[in-house]
Amino acid sequence: MIKSTADIFSDFKGTEDDLIPVLQKVQENFGYLSQKSMMDVGRFLRIPTSKVWATATFYTQFRLKPIGEKHIMLCRGTACHVKGAPRILDEIELKLGITEGETSSDGKYSLESVACIGACGLAPCILINEDVKGRLTPKLVNKLFEDKERRDQDVE
Amino acid sequence: MIHEKRVLLKNLGKINPASIDDYEKAGGYKAIRKALDMNHLLVIDEMMNSSLRGRGGAGFSTGLKNKFTSESCLRCEQKYLICNADEGEPGTFKDRIIMENDPHLLIEGMLIAAYAIGASKAFVYLRGEYYRSIDMVTLAIKTAREKGYIGSKIFGSDFSVDIEIRLGAGSYLCGEELTLLESMEGKRGYPRIKPPFPAEKGLFGYPTLVNNVETLATIPVIIAEGSEWYSKLGIPESPGTKIFTISGDVANPGFFEVEMGTTLRDIVYGLAGGIKDGKRLKAMLLGGAAGTFVDETVLDTPMAYDSLKEKGAVLGSGAIMVLDETRSILCMTQSILEFFKHECCGKCVPCRVGTDRLVRMIKDINRGNENRFTLEEMVDEAGYIAKTSLCPLGQSPIMPLASLQRYFNDQF
Ligand SMILES: Cc1cc2nc3c(=O)[nH]c(=O)nc-3n(C[C@H](O)[C@H](O)[C@H](O)COP(=O)(O)O)c2cc1C
Ligand code: FES
Repeated sequence: MIKSTADIFSDFKGTEDDLIPVLQKVQENFGYLSQKSMMDVGRFLRIPTSKVWATATFYTQFRLKPIGEKHIMLCRGTACHVKGAPRILDEIELKLGITEGETSSDGKYSLESVACIGACGLAPCILINEDVKGRLTPKLVNKLFEDKERRDQDVE
Repeated sequence: MIHEKRVLLKNLGKINPASIDDYEKAGGYKAIRKALDMNHLLVIDEMMNSSLRGRGGAGFSTGLKNKFTSESCLRCEQKYLICNADEGEPGTFKDRIIMENDPHLLIEGMLIAAYAIGASKAFVYLRGEYYRSIDMVTLAIKTAREKGYIGSKIFGSDFSVDIEIRLGAGSYLCGEELTLLESMEGKRGYPRIKPPFPAEKGLFGYPTLVNNVETLATIPVIIAEGSEWYSKLGIPESPGTKIFTISGDVANPGFFEVEMGTTLRDIVYGLAGGIKDGKRLKAMLLGGAAGTFVDETVLDTPMAYDSLKEKGAVLGSGAIMVLDETRSILCMTQSILEFFKHECCGKCVPCRVGTDRLVRMIKDINRGNENRFTLEEMVDEAGYIAKTSLCPLGQSPIMPLASLQRYFNDQF
């Protein structure tokens, strides 16, 4: 359920160190940080919007645009790299028709990369929303994103 | 045949990590009761006597760090403890294993450390992508609070402390303790100038102790079993046990807790089952991206802080990445340098420009052009970055590059 920014703020004391937790909650609710929500946050914490913006744009977690239903994060850590992450990236890009950093036009998928997610034993791996998919091969990627009906289905 | 020595991970798979009762039945929350009956200085003495060294990578004496923070600014009304759970070093996942399988062990360690330094507020700074760890630690804090183990006057003592979770927002550099403090204060993750050290002026200007998850999870063991028992584990130079995480081309990648001083050979060939598919070993990367490459001549060196140093290598976070004969060292080096370029915060010009230059140099080498850059030039460049940038990130690229010069010069 989408709350208003005021609802979100009511859980916080409103000091400056709340900035990142507040932004995280706002993003969790709206999927991204809109210009308006950042202005609201600035007003709530009594800091200039420029400071909110400065922090929001520093951290890779924060997005200034909406993302797709399925948020795919490809691990570009060293273990995954060795085990063929670049090929996995190529395959996903080919399959979904988007490149890293983009969202598909139907709003279904977004593709980003992330540093090592601590699942190196399963390298190469990706995160789809909060699930880790490991030991990927181009073939498995193909299966994972096969067709609209089946693409929600998990692979081992 | 080498076996694991599970001291920190003794409950792994034996208790339900979501159940505080399970943890207590296995002897949990006894060490904190024991600690609260001791003077806090004696608790610190126990840490000193155990000779425990920080497991976050730098290997600094945990007892000393506690002592400094405890003695710093006696008039300050506030001190903080921060558990560094931002685990971001590529190839490292030991903290995740602890948090997912025995979160109360970490909470208990935090309570003891908070008591030792006199902190009334503690934070767990947890990697934002560690969804399961976040769930487990959140639940552990909730149940411990309900039982009165976190809060005011815990276990019938005069000591009060609260623990809160803060989530990292996706920056490797924020795992560095001073940058972590900036981030906790809501700012961009730019490093701070040292000194002052966190023990003097940390979070919001108050004395702060920052310790790694594995370090904190060791403290209940030391208090429960005694520093004498603990310091007999491992080797004198680096006592205790360590969780190593091994990935890459081995038959059984995963995590193993062994005594310090175990050789790489025992870990790679004994526990991890050797090189996959009968191939030959080419290289191992120890300690993640900010780590060092070594070859098979290091296999019989004890895994410990100082003995690895003699070999131009580091233990770091305990990550071991294994490469078989088919892998390209050059390609790995490029991946590591791209990582540093990506994670550079941009504050120091030499690091911002230099990490980008290093990527261009390795790409040039990889293309095999005539008149291409040499490894020596890259080491020089990385040396300049190290000397002229503020924080340890700028001081990192030199580590893998210098180790390549020592062990794999022929590959360039
Ligand atoms: C770039 C960089 C990243 C770091 N990331 C982490 C980390 O994710 N977790 C951690 O415990 N220490 C990390 N450290 C080390 C911390 O700065 C600090 O030394 C450590 O948290 C101290 O804890 P310890 O004494 O228990 O080892 C990092 C250091 C640097 C330079
Ligand atoms: S390198 Fe991909 S999970 Fe660690």
